[in-house]
Amino acid sequence: MQFLQPILAAASSAAPATDNFWEGLWKSFEKTFIYQDRWRFFLNGLLATLRIAFFAALLGVLVGFLVASVRSTHDMRLTGKKCRSFGDVVLKILNVLCNIYITIIRGTPAVIQVMIMYFIIFANSRNKELAAVLSFGINSGAYVAEIVRSGIMSIDKGQFEASRSLGFNYGSTMIHIILPQAFKNILPALGNEFIVLIKETSVAAYVGIAELTYVGNLIRSRTYEAFFPLIAVALIYLAIVMLFTFLLKKLERRLRNSDH
Amino acid sequence: MITSSNVLIKVSGLCKSFGDLEVLKGIDAEIYKGDVMVVIGASGSGKSTFLRCLNLLEEPTGGTITFEGVNITDRSVDINKHRQKMGMVFQQFNLFPHKTVLQNMTLGPIKLLKQSKKEAEANAMRLLERVGLSDKAYAYPSQLSGGQKQRVAIVRALAMNPDVMLFDEPTSALDPEMVGEVLEVMKQLAREGMTMVVVTHEMGFAREVGTDIVFVDEGVIVEQGRPEEFFTNPKNPRLKDFLSKVL
Repeated sequence: MQFLQPILAAASSAAPATDNFWEGLWKSFEKTFIYQDRWRFFLNGLLATLRIAFFAALLGVLVGFLVASVRSTHDMRLTGKKCRSFGDVVLKILNVLCNIYITIIRGTPAVIQVMIMYFIIFANSRNKELAAVLSFGINSGAYVAEIVRSGIMSIDKGQFEASRSLGFNYGSTMIHIILPQAFKNILPALGNEFIVLIKETSVAAYVGIAELTYVGNLIRSRTYEAFFPLIAVALIYLAIVMLFTFLLKKLERRLRNSDH
Repeated sequence: MITSSNVLIKVSGLCKSFGDLEVLKGIDAEIYKGDVMVVIGASGSGKSTFLRCLNLLEEPTGGTITFEGVNITDRSVDINKHRQKMGMVFQQFNLFPHKTVLQNMTLGPIKLLKQSKKEAEANAMRLLERVGLSDKAYAYPSQLSGGQKQRVAIVRALAMNPDVMLFDEPTSALDPEMVGEVLEVMKQLAREGMTMVVVTHEMGFAREVGTDIVFVDEGVIVEQGRPEEFFTNPKNPRLKDFLSKVL
């Protein structure tokens, strides 16, 4: 019962007049959540976390699909071939830029990326949350890009050829034939990435953005009690991820039903 | 460029290399309207590559292909427009697994030919009826047998109302008992006057419906002729050897 030590300590310090364990626990709970309406802090922190995660995921998907499109178009059209038109040269340059982007983002810690965004790029801005959204969105985009690319590559070349032989151009083939199939294949990996992203937003606490982790830590420092704030924060993350996983499973089942 | 009105596809000096590997070494051919050109040859001879060059699924490295009077190897030509007029059937069927049979068949007509959904579906149902698959309209490809898949692939190409149909070993991936149903559809198509280019190992089919048989060996056409002459009196020693193995 090692983990109960802090609570027991809290119980004895909060209510020296009594040795009633439950009363001490209640006092501790009250201090963390009810006194001065502190639950509102948690609620606001939760909302901030959800906002950051949601918009970062949106940005990540957008960036990821764009980068994956460039990379797989390049791989399909120009691997081992020379550039023969202006478009080919542009594609080659874009591909190099995308590679640099993926290398840098995957090669540096997220916490450093957030700090660079916050203390350097957003040094003169008060919009802290936007800095977090951009930072995590750009970070997630690199991972999403590779997931999407793997999905595109997993589709049989014959699908591409059949579509082109009907007269569809490259873009329409991607939209109507390749991406819908690729999306279904990558859904588990994509879900995984979003779960990581939701939890990774806690890194924003490091630069003082008032999201869930920051709030939990703040309450801890005010009440001098670690148990309830930190366990509460952990449970809230767990609940978000479980809800998300549930929704994801539903979507997967639905997509599977569409083609047996 | 104006060609004789009867020549649908004119191939001249067609070359194709993959890196250092020279697969096609200068092929000349003319495909006339209503022709059923059957291309035969050993595996690795370049016959499939030749077929895939006709609609530029493989980009030729030399020579020209003129389709309906237009040089489609010219890079300024919008190949997508011309591909709409060239149906293609693959060895591996390549149906779209996330779409029903009907959706497979109507996607092109709706998006590319700008047909209404109703019009495209009516047309697709008519085609499905012709190949005896109207009860499969709402099935997904994974629910079909190989022979059924290939028949759907054929009518999917036909739904675009093409001027020529290209078949790339359409029966090679099928179980033996399903080959007949697919060949029957192709024969029916030939009887209706569809221009076809068929790469196949089915010599019976070649003999029965082919109007022009082409033997490709090591990237060149070594013999070409009408089926009766071609099969009964082959001249080239390599063709003689090939026929003795497959007949």
